[in-house]
Parts: sequence; structure tokens; C-alpha cells
Amino acid sequence: MSLGSVPLKYKISIDRDQCMKCMRCVDNCSYGVYRIEDDKIIIDSRKCTACHRCISMCPRDAINLKERPVDYRSHPLWTTEAREDVINQARTGKIILAGMGNAVDYPIIFDRLVLDACQVTNPSIDPLREPMELRTYIGKKPSKLEFTKNNGDIDLTTQLTPNLKLATPLMIGHMSYGAISLNAQLSLAKAVAKTGTFMGTGEGGMHESIYPYQDHTIVQIASGRFGVDIDYLERGAAIEIKVGQGAKPGIGGHLPGEKVCADVSCTRMIPLGSDAISPAPHHDIYSIEDLAQLVRSLKEATNWEKPVFVKIAAVHNVAAIAAGIARSSADAVVIDGFKGGTGAAPKVFRDNVGIPIEAAIAAVDQKLNDQGIRNEVSIIASGGIRNSGDLAKSIALGADAVYIGTASLIALGCRVCGNCYRGLCPWGIATQKSELVERIDPEVGAQNVANLIHAWTLELSELMGAAGLNSIESLRGNRERLRGYMLDQGLLDVMQIDSVGA
Amino acid sequence: MAEPLVIDTKGMHYTPLNRQIREAVASGVKEIVLNNVLGQRFIGNGLRGDAKITVNGVPGGDLGMFMSGPECEVFGDAEHAPGNTMDNGVLIIHGSAGDAVAHSMRGGKVFVEGNIGYRGGIHMKQYECKRPILVVGGTTHAFLGEYMAGGLILVLGIGHEPAVQDRGIGSGIHGGEIVIRGDVDVKLLGVGAKKVDFTEEDLENVTPVIEEFCERFDIDPKPFLNTNYSKIVPSSARPFAGKYTWE
Repeated sequence: MSLGSVPLKYKISIDRDQCMKCMRCVDNCSYGVYRIEDDKIIIDSRKCTACHRCISMCPRDAINLKERPVDYRSHPLWTTEAREDVINQARTGKIILAGMGNAVDYPIIFDRLVLDACQVTNPSIDPLREPMELRTYIGKKPSKLEFTKNNGDIDLTTQLTPNLKLATPLMIGHMSYGAISLNAQLSLAKAVAKTGTFMGTGEGGMHESIYPYQDHTIVQIASGRFGVDIDYLERGAAIEIKVGQGAKPGIGGHLPGEKVCADVSCTRMIPLGSDAISPAPHHDIYSIEDLAQLVRSLKEATNWEKPVFVKIAAVHNVAAIAAGIARSSADAVVIDGFKGGTGAAPKVFRDNVGIPIEAAIAAVDQKLNDQGIRNEVSIIASGGIRNSGDLAKSIALGADAVYIGTASLIALGCRVCGNCYRGLCPWGIATQKSELVERIDPEVGAQNVANLIHAWTLELSELMGAAGLNSIESLRGNRERLRGYMLDQGLLDVMQIDSVGA
Repeated sequence: MAEPLVIDTKGMHYTPLNRQIREAVASGVKEIVLNNVLGQRFIGNGLRGDAKITVNGVPGGDLGMFMSGPECEVFGDAEHAPGNTMDNGVLIIHGSAGDAVAHSMRGGKVFVEGNIGYRGGIHMKQYECKRPILVVGGTTHAFLGEYMAGGLILVLGIGHEPAVQDRGIGSGIHGGEIVIRGDVDVKLLGVGAKKVDFTEEDLENVTPVIEEFCERFDIDPKPFLNTNYSKIVPSSARPFAGKYTWE
């Protein structure tokens, strides 16, 4: 028996009085919502993804979008989504893929944390007048420094390990060429070069257009080892081993063959149109000792000149895992929380596996401090960081720096429609179709992303100044400057913060 | 021909050893002999050029990882993952090797005279003229050529009947080919792998590989040019295309 169709997700309507039939909506919609018949714009709302491309391009604000125009009988357990997923799987028998990050209404811990400010007893600092030190070094710090006296001079004898120098504790996370377009990646690369920070290349090799910005890149080596050779490793300012991703902990990745165009095929060094499969584990890492071997192998190959990061998804035992990583010669541990974005992930993973980044940062920072090895690794936090408030709270919880992903894409036009996996992104971000990719001008894109980084950096300085802090080191791990608002005692204990009022 | 650089590696850590090798190759040394090698990892790691390195002893893991060009000949066994993510060049191992031999190898050749462990040739890949080759004289353990995306794995199975008797051959394979002497029980194939006829043309293609392998180890190639092989290839270049539905 046929299950029939499910109701529309979005209903598009055009105010025909306002519409001047400029056809921008028809030209801009890559999903085929609009077509022209007998000089009339016909709408197929079923194809709409709520990407807002048409709405943003309409010169008359004539387009309206309504989410879920058809009601189901309301039910608290059998939500619309629950019912529609069952219908989908009854039809197909397949795993449901979804884009972007976790879409379940879990509480957002960041929004239950409040920052401190100075009043009367210690003065706040005005960042307009006083220098605010945001420069951040990512990498190992020596546990002690040794000097020798030399005719009145003092020489440092301790051998320092290479660190990355960031102008602001904010980097752009790993989104591969393949998952996103070249113009999107190029915009991000130009933006980090402008703002004195870094971006991840993702697992997909490095396209030669990124070479001019390679000193601002962190090259990634994941289980598929796509595009990885000695030249690639030497190009990056740092190397990151991707073990896991917050949006899909414990599983690998598949770049569908449709996205493997000639240029992606060349950069990844795989045949045109073949699936690029990254297995779930690295098959040369089956233990913490094997991880240390890969870390050291990467360092050995690059003459111990590059910091090596290890990225893991925030999972239940994240603190113990991070403590293992800190002993592997790695220079930084990247923790990706369960709200992290993705081009495509099985929905059941995206929505159900992993833990929130806020708890993970605090747990890892505390564990490393307790074991006296916090100086061995920097902590980079990612997964759902939306604004400078989240950034400041992440650092106060114990992170050295954060990676942003989705926020940087929103700066390029993304409206979080979550259809990245279809390769038709009308904003030219998650697509390899040249006519869509060309919609991003990398110069304009770079300026938008650089503006965002600049704005958050300004706000972070203001927040620090208000709290009477003039250096980022004084905020880092300073959980005394946070309070929990309506958080339960268990979570307050894990994060080692007090309740508001306490 | 200049005298080879001979290094006695007894008790030496891998980092100074590799530094010495890298500096020697950079200064134009073409031949390096390492004596008393015992467990030093990462030998030849990321090394470029056309030098020849002779390893007398048993090197540690990740021999020739990211290596791009040199030839490395080992008189002894090798450990975990020789030829890992290797780009170009040759590894010749006069002995057996551990797990994940030629892991994610991208180009060049790995010749192992004896046996290899689990996951041999896992995720080997190829691109245009870069086609990695792994030849195993003896037998292999489970998951040979798992997730294989390109290249050639050839197992001669000298002294083993059948040549391979462990399971999961080519599980998740989506490119490249695995050629095994004699018949392979289809029960041993992993998900996504299929056995196809080994044709005269296939034999012509592998003949130079067999001849080179036999020459390296001073083995008579005739018995291997006049016998049957099984060829294992992907059943699809898109093994996961049918697994997912959209939200």
C-alpha cells in the first residue's frame, strides 16, 4: 500500500502585487522551486529547503516562506519529525542522512553560563585605552625554563617546541575542499591570513590556489589519507590528525562520488566520480601507543618543526582520552562537541552521540591540570560556537582557542538549511557546480569572514576589560569568572563552577 | 661509484638516525648502509630523492612512511605498517612484515618475501599514473586490501596452499585489484568484493611485476607465469551509494 506523500516542509508564496517578475528567484534557486509557465512564476514548494537564497535576492521582498504549513495532530512524543522519519525508512529501508549539526532541542549550556564583570572593588579596564593581550600560542609549553649567564647576558638553554602564534584565540575549523567549494575555502584562507589566525584544510588535500595562504593553514590527516604526501605535510603551519568529529563520533566519512569532480579528484588524488571513503578508525591506530606512533611519524617526517594536533569528538570519557593524547607527543588536543556541524552525517549519530563541548572543555582542562600535564597540550574547542560570548565562555572553561565552522559559513551566505549533502548549495558553499561556486567572490567572502573574526575579537576584548582582565591567559581556565544559571548540581560539579549568587 | 655511507645504528634513537640519513641524502650521498638496526621506527620517513638504503636488521614501525623516491632494502623482518602512505620508491623486505603493510599507499612498490599480517594494502589508492603495487611472496592474514581504492596487490603464496586462507579479502574495496595465486574460496571475500576471471590480458599485466619480484629475491619466475590466479575486484565503485536516504 502506498504511504502517500508527507505534508510540505515549507510553503513559498509570492506577493504578486509586489513581484516585478525580475526572475531572480527563478535564476537563483538551484533546487528548482521556481519555473516560468506562460509568463507566470510557478512555485513547487515541495522542493524548497528554506535556504533563503530567493528571499535574499528578491528586490521587492515579495517572497514569503512558512515552515510546516500543514499541522499534524499534535502529540508530545510522536513529533512531526519522528513520524516522518518512520515514513521515510518504511519507504526506503535506509540510513537517514542529515546535514549541519545536531538538531535536537538539547539545553544549550553556553546559554546557562554567565560571565563576570568588575564593579567598584576592582576597576574594569577600557580596551580603548589599555592594550588587551589576545595573542595566543598553541602548542607545548616547557614545564620549566633553564638559563645560562653569559657575560651579563642571559641565554635560554631550554629547547622550545614549535607553537602556532594566533593574533586572536579563534581559528576556522576543518572543512575540506570537496565538502565545500574552492571559492568558499579560498575566502576562509584569505580571511585568516588577513586576521593573523589559521584555518583547517580538512581531509582533502590542498588545492594549489590555497598555496599562497599555506602559512595560515593546518593540514589534516584523517583515516582516508586523501591528498596526503610529504609536500602537503610540509606546507601546513601545523598538522592535525582527525580521529573523530562531533557531528558523527565513531564513524568515518564518505564524500559521495557526485562531489568528486576533476579538481577534487586531483586534489584528493582519487579517480573522478569515485566515492571517497574515510574508514571509521585509522587502520594504523588501534591503541593509544599507535596514536603516539603516528604523531611521532608526522613529526619525524617534518623534522619536528610542526605542531601536531589530535582532534577527537567529545564523548563520555573525553578527559581520559585527552590525557592519553597529551602523553603522545601531540601539541594540542582538539575537542569537537556534539553540536558540531557537518556536510552529511547519519541523523541518528548527529542527534544522539557525543556530549556538549562546554562540559568536555572543563573536564579535559581539569583532568590535565590534575595530572600536571596541562602544559603538554593546548586545548582547542569546537562544535556550536555561535558568538563571542560562547568564545569567552569556552576560554574561561579552559580552552586555549576555538575553531568555528558553521559561523564562518554563515558569514559566506549559509542560512543553515542543512542540505549540504545534496551538492546543490545555492550559496556556492557546499557544492562543486561551477555556476553555483561562482556565486562566491573570494575577495568579498574573505572580507565578510574577516569582519566576523574582527568583531568577535573586539567583543572578546570588551568582555575581558569588563572583567578586569588584560590578557587572555588570565581568562583561560578561570572558571571562577563563570556562574551557572539554572544548571543542575551534577553539571556544576563537573564544570567546577558555582551557581549564580554563590 | 662513491663509497656507501655506513652507519652503525646500535643503540641509536630513530630521530638522530633519520636526521643523519636526511642530511646525507641532501648532501648527495646515493647509498646508505644501516647496520645493527633493531626496532628504530620511521626509517626513510618522508625522504625524497633516489638514494638506496640498505637496512641490516629489523626496523621498527612505519618504515618508509610518506617516502617519495628512495629504494630501501631490508635484510630482516619489518614491523607494523611498512610503506604507510608511501608516495613513490621501493621497499624490499627479505623477511615478513606486520599489520597494515602499505596502508594508504599512493605510489611505488612494496615487495615482501615472506608473510604479512592483518589489513595488508588497506586503503591503497591510485591516481592517474600513480599506481601502488604490493607483492607478498608468502601468505596474508585477514582483511587484505580492505577499503582498497586503487593499485595492485599480488599474493604468490609460496609454500602455502591455498595462498590465502584468512577472511575478509577486499572488504569495502571500491577500486584497484587483488590477484592471488590459485583459487580463492568466495567465502573468504569481504562485503563489496567479487571474484572475476583472470584472463590472459591480466597475466600479461602482472607478468612484469612477477618478474621484478622474483628477480629481487632470486626466485625462478617460471612457476608463477604458468599457473592460475584469482582476481578480486570491487563489485561497485560506489559501495555506499545505496545505503543512505535523505532526511
